Amino acid sequence: MLDKSLQALTAAVTLDPVRSSSSERGVVYVYEAPVRLWHWINAAAILVLSLSGYFIGSAIPTMPGETSDNFLFGYIRFAHYLTAYVLTLGFLLRIYWAIVGNPYAKQIFYVPLWRKSYWREVWHEIRWYAFVAAEPKEYVAHNPLAQFAMFFMFTLTIAFMIVTGFALYAQGTGNDSWQYRLFGWVFSIWPNSQDVHTWHHLGLWMIMTFALIHIYTAVREEIVSRQSIVSSIIFGEREFRD
Amino acid sequence: MGGATETFYSVIRRQGITRRSFHKFCSLTATSLGLGPLAASQIANALETKPRVPVIWMHGLECTCCSESFIRSAHPLAKDVVLSMISLDYDDPIMAAAGHQAEAILEETRAKYKGQYVLAVEGNPPLNEGGMFCIDGGKPFVEKLKAMAADSIVIIAWGTCASWGCVQAAKPNPTQATPIDKVITNKPIIKVPGCPPIAEVMTALVTFITTFGKLPELDRQGRPKMFYSQRIHDKCYRRPHFDAGQFVERWDDESARKGYCLYKMGCKGPTTYNACSAVRWNGGVSFPIQSGHGCFGCSEDGFWDKGSFYDRLTTIKQFGIEANADQIGMAAAGAVGLAVATHAAVTAAKRLTRKPGRVAQEK
Repeated sequence: MLDKSLQALTAAVTLDPVRSSSSERGVVYVYEAPVRLWHWINAAAILVLSLSGYFIGSAIPTMPGETSDNFLFGYIRFAHYLTAYVLTLGFLLRIYWAIVGNPYAKQIFYVPLWRKSYWREVWHEIRWYAFVAAEPKEYVAHNPLAQFAMFFMFTLTIAFMIVTGFALYAQGTGNDSWQYRLFGWVFSIWPNSQDVHTWHHLGLWMIMTFALIHIYTAVREEIVSRQSIVSSIIFGEREFRD
Repeated sequence: MGGATETFYSVIRRQGITRRSFHKFCSLTATSLGLGPLAASQIANALETKPRVPVIWMHGLECTCCSESFIRSAHPLAKDVVLSMISLDYDDPIMAAAGHQAEAILEETRAKYKGQYVLAVEGNPPLNEGGMFCIDGGKPFVEKLKAMAADSIVIIAWGTCASWGCVQAAKPNPTQATPIDKVITNKPIIKVPGCPPIAEVMTALVTFITTFGKLPELDRQGRPKMFYSQRIHDKCYRRPHFDAGQFVERWDDESARKGYCLYKMGCKGPTTYNACSAVRWNGGVSFPIQSGHGCFGCSEDGFWDKGSFYDRLTTIKQFGIEANADQIGMAAAGAVGLAVATHAAVTAAKRLTRKPGRVAQEK
């Protein structure tokens, strides 16, 4: 398999995330198969969840005909809950993979805010995106700014959505359900569940904003930077082009 | 004022209520509490043998709608039963005594039934300016509340005022009206929210406490589970229209006439825990949704501050302007989208203008 043939190469690459520009042209295996699979399942889940979630919040135009002939809103809600389970399981497995996978798999779960060099590199990335720096640096996995956005906009928001989502789901399953036992504490923070709905709704827009930035920068970097981005999350390896 | 040894049963027999009616009440109460068939005889036994529980019913910053609801309890017997079941020693709006006589009863009960009486509180104490905004018997209500709470066995917080704060605690809350559980922290408190609470819920709760001599099981928010464990939405008779996706969009449209779901009209049924859709009001005649109007969510925390009663999404005031989650989210996503488009344009322009130079450099 492609994965196996690249493993020797992966092992050979040092863990230093910043490659000096003088190093030879190379290919690094960054995103292991479970990470890639999770990425795309997760992306699809987010698409379904956002659409169904938006419709749950705003409701659909009134369905014509007999009530007993219609169940559309029920199906939309069912799709939301089903996909939410997929997303949650995926997120848990992704956490597991962060523990057993390669070092790059851990990146979206922390930001090395305490490291001085990290801030220096963030500054460089900001200069790159502000068209001040002429050349981007090369990174095997996420660049420092991407890691920042990934953690604060994606990872934390998804965790928040899972917690508030299950709390709201527990309203339907009842006080004695495991969902309420695990996530009912949310209603100690916001006693009126209307607030939880509002926050869950704001979370949707946070994820949407993240998706916009994420897709744009991924495509842009694929075109203008010195490394592969989009193909890496499909095939796993990162190609450095100079 | 009844003596401590007087039972509920002896009181109602004296009032001319037959034993048959008494047993009817017992089975009715057992049913409304969701108890088994044997519970009726247990209730009867308890009411025949247990001494009446002294109750002090105090009124803070409130509108007395809880009392109004309580005395309209659907089953006529239920009202009589409850009023004679408990020894309602003090309840300023409806008691015969007034002034110093009334105040003397408070002290008397406190001394005579120390640690035995139930303190029912309607309304809440305002804390600002040392409690000046609610003076009762020449003293700030908060002082009276604390004094009476100290020797009570349990506190019932009647209504949304006592439970959450309600309208007097709505923003900006100038009097700093504060729910009971934020003022009294060392006593068990049962919250019975609702503006007002359903009469049958109130009477059934009192019956439960006096009958079994213990508190009902409470949920995380301190509300009795038997009445507040499900949302209006869960038992709403219009729920099939919700699942089908059939909504009222205007008050005078075809859907409104057909009695479709009021979700889009801002019905708070999906976030409101109360028994309205099961018990209903005015003797089971109707409840807001059945009358064609969405639920306000009157039994929920801060329901006055969640924006319009007719919007599905809450107004978020923290942003300075009044906007809901969708408007804020769309503005944010739109701004980012615009930034992305601009950034993409600049990137493209830069790339196009730089290319010849770069190619030359590489050569």
